[in-house]
Amino acid sequence: MGATQIIFWILSIVAVFSAIMVITRKNPVYSVLYLIITFFAISGHYVLMNAQFLAIVNIIVYAGAILVLFLFVLMLMNLNKESEPKKNKFMLWASAFAGGLLLYVLLAAVHTAHIENVKGIHVGNIGLVSELGKALFTTYVVPFEITSILFLSAMVGAVVIGKKD
Amino acid sequence: MSNLSQLAWLVPIFPLIGFLINGLGRNYLSKTLVGIIGSGALLLSFITSVLIFNKVSAGELLIGEAGVYFDFIKFGSFNIPFAFQIDQLTSIFLLVITGVGFLIHVYSTSYMHEETKAHFARYFAYLNLFVFSMLLLVMGANYVIMFIGWEGVGLCSYLLIGYWFKNNDYTNAAKKAFVMNRIGDLGFLIAIFYLIQHFGTTTYIDIFSQAKTEGSSSLITIITLCLFVGAMGKSAQLPLYTWLPDAMAGPTPVSALIHAATMVTAGIYMIARSNVLYALAPSTMSLVAIVGLLTAVFAASIALKQNDIKKVLAYSTVSQLGYMFLGLGVGAFTGAVFHVMTHAFFKALLFLGAGSVIHAMHHQQDMRHYGGLKKYMPVTNITMLIGCLAIAGIPPFSGFFSKDEILIAAYAANPIYYVIGLFGALMTAFYMFRMYTMTFLGGFRGDHHHLPHESPKPMTFALVVLAILAAVAGFIGLPELFTHNPEGHKLANYLAPVFKDGEALLAKHAHPDHTTEWILLAVSVGLIVAVILWAVKTYKVYKLENDAEPQGFSKILANKWYVDEIYDAVIIKPILAIGDFFGKVIETKGIDKAVNGVGKAINFGSRKFRYLQSGNVGNYILIMIVAIIILVRILFYLPMS
Amino acid sequence: MPINYYIFLAIILFCIGVTGVLTRRNAIIIFMCIELMLNSVNLLLVAFSKMHHARALAAGAANTTAGIEAQLFVFFIMVVAAAEVAVGLAIIVMMYRNTHSVDINFLNRLKN
Repeated sequence: MGATQIIFWILSIVAVFSAIMVITRKNPVYSVLYLIITFFAISGHYVLMNAQFLAIVNIIVYAGAILVLFLFVLMLMNLNKESEPKKNKFMLWASAFAGGLLLYVLLAAVHTAHIENVKGIHVGNIGLVSELGKALFTTYVVPFEITSILFLSAMVGAVVIGKKD
Repeated sequence: MSNLSQLAWLVPIFPLIGFLINGLGRNYLSKTLVGIIGSGALLLSFITSVLIFNKVSAGELLIGEAGVYFDFIKFGSFNIPFAFQIDQLTSIFLLVITGVGFLIHVYSTSYMHEETKAHFARYFAYLNLFVFSMLLLVMGANYVIMFIGWEGVGLCSYLLIGYWFKNNDYTNAAKKAFVMNRIGDLGFLIAIFYLIQHFGTTTYIDIFSQAKTEGSSSLITIITLCLFVGAMGKSAQLPLYTWLPDAMAGPTPVSALIHAATMVTAGIYMIARSNVLYALAPSTMSLVAIVGLLTAVFAASIALKQNDIKKVLAYSTVSQLGYMFLGLGVGAFTGAVFHVMTHAFFKALLFLGAGSVIHAMHHQQDMRHYGGLKKYMPVTNITMLIGCLAIAGIPPFSGFFSKDEILIAAYAANPIYYVIGLFGALMTAFYMFRMYTMTFLGGFRGDHHHLPHESPKPMTFALVVLAILAAVAGFIGLPELFTHNPEGHKLANYLAPVFKDGEALLAKHAHPDHTTEWILLAVSVGLIVAVILWAVKTYKVYKLENDAEPQGFSKILANKWYVDEIYDAVIIKPILAIGDFFGKVIETKGIDKAVNGVGKAINFGSRKFRYLQSGNVGNYILIMIVAIIILVRILFYLPMS
Repeated sequence: MPINYYIFLAIILFCIGVTGVLTRRNAIIIFMCIELMLNSVNLLLVAFSKMHHARALAAGAANTTAGIEAQLFVFFIMVVAAAEVAVGLAIIVMMYRNTHSVDINFLNRLKN
């Protein structure tokens, strides 16, 4: 077992564990914090796959911006208590069972599917900033510019919705 | 395309154009213009028909590929072309239809003049469409084209019988005609399906040549029977004849058109056209003969006691059609066509004459209120007399020759046919002269303040032309007896190419020798003259006051053998009862229950299912996930396991 | 690492996200679970991107950029997710202002 594999397993376990913690913590603030850990683990996977640019963006955008926004909202609403009302027990178990079943079915489907076992997916340097930047500002420049319009409209929308009255 | 095919399509196109112009412009065109367009279309058709007749007499025919205009129905290897076939038989029918049709149009311009502008144009539009359909029927080169025309005349008869649609009785009569025709049409349609299934084509010449080589079979008997059912409906034979007397609801010229030139002769034409098939099915032939004979006698007996002048003529038409079927049934195809022709002349004459009388008597149709019209309407009187003599079968008027030809052929086939046929002919003579006497002789029994007057020029013109035709048309078919020409008469020679195949297949009946024929002729003429004299003598002194309610057998006759009532009791009442049963029991208890039950079940179910629609987003997502699980399981996983 | 491992990991994360959406009633946590699901898909996309790239390299193409599209997709997904979060949180804030709760069971207006 090489270093890569060891790191993979550690990162995977961290990701899954903290993901489970996200959905089981009563206090939403803990959930957010565990989610940040999950995202860091996923970023670690990106680094492992030699996709540094995405790893950085993931940390900056998700862990940095989005989840801070979540935290900010939680603080704003003062929801950091264990305020969630009890859910219907039956529904709870049914939901958990459905989720588990989905997992089972998906895994089974992938398992039965024939997947070519490509080795060495860590090679290559397309995940580097220079490569991605070239593609982004040549072939994909139009969608990239359009995302700015998306952001503008999202911003306007958020302001409109968030306005009092 | 040969020259003839360029000419042929003109014949039906003129009435069609007339129909379109009159039908679409009915609110804008003046009556005069409508009359000119309507009659002019027929005149042009008639002229074209004459040209065609000349060409056909010169030996030019339009048969098979040459007559194809375009593909009408085509799928796979099966093809029904839109094609015309012009041969001797068609050319004769074309002349009769367009010629008599033209006279009726001219007559109508005057007869229908009281109608308002729009209705007048509507009338002529229908009339033109009627002629168009009939032309299509006789010109088609296959059974499908014939069927189009066949349906077309059915539709137009419905439209024209119900022309005065505000009268409920008239629309009912129209419906009756339509339904009766539909019963027959079903037979025709089944026959077409059989033909397609067996021969793979509907074109006459292909079917006939195939049938000739295959010889007779039970399938051909079935086909001919089905075709005959169609003919029974259209040509008003027992038991589907009751619509024809009711068709008197339409304007009188329409009756003339239906009875003389078009529609009812369609059945005769169809069987004459299919003579090869019928010759291969001897049992059907005997059935045709027997049905025709029965109809002839039966309808004649009803006509004896009718008081409505148009009803008398209607039953006489049914009876005469019976003779034509008798002729077809005994293999005298030429005789039947001959009789169609002469009948077209004298029956159109009689109807138009009756129309003239009705017109003069202010729409009084009851003969008991006529009498002594000779004085007031000389032209109508003379022409009607000629018509009556022609239909009664007095030489040298046309009816004598044609009817005689059929009766002699019937004698050759079976003397009993002849005796019954002659009996019917005697009744024909009696009721025709009863009608004539009651109308024109004796004293005037109508309202003396409104004395009748002779009809206007266009009407008398048509009458005179038809009277001349009715008088002399018989000479084209002078029997061998008079001409001593061993090749038969002119019409038979002319039509021989059409019927030679059919006649060759038929068992030859020994033609009676000349002595027998002379005796038969003498007997029939003598008896007919005696009957006429009796009828005239009886009804000349007819007084309205003396007329007692008919008793006994004559009551049965006056009530038309109660056929309508029997149909009512045997068919309509049970159907209504079944309908009632279905309406009251099945509908309310069964279908309504079922329908309402479905509604209730859904209502109940949805009330239960509504709990599923909690409006709770979580539940919706749960259901969605479950659905995704099932989908994934089915799409990706199931085929492998 | 073989591609299978990444697929399984992504599926596990995704299903955890689904389960979270189903079991929790707090709208913010549900939102976070959706982000988790998005991230698991991102992870899968990157893994596939690298797989295609590795195959292209193995096939002998030296300066290939095969598979780079998937990483760009991930980039765009992050962009869209950021926008989505902005709007979504605005909606949740508004909802909280109206109902003084972030419990999605109060959002049952669809019922009527």
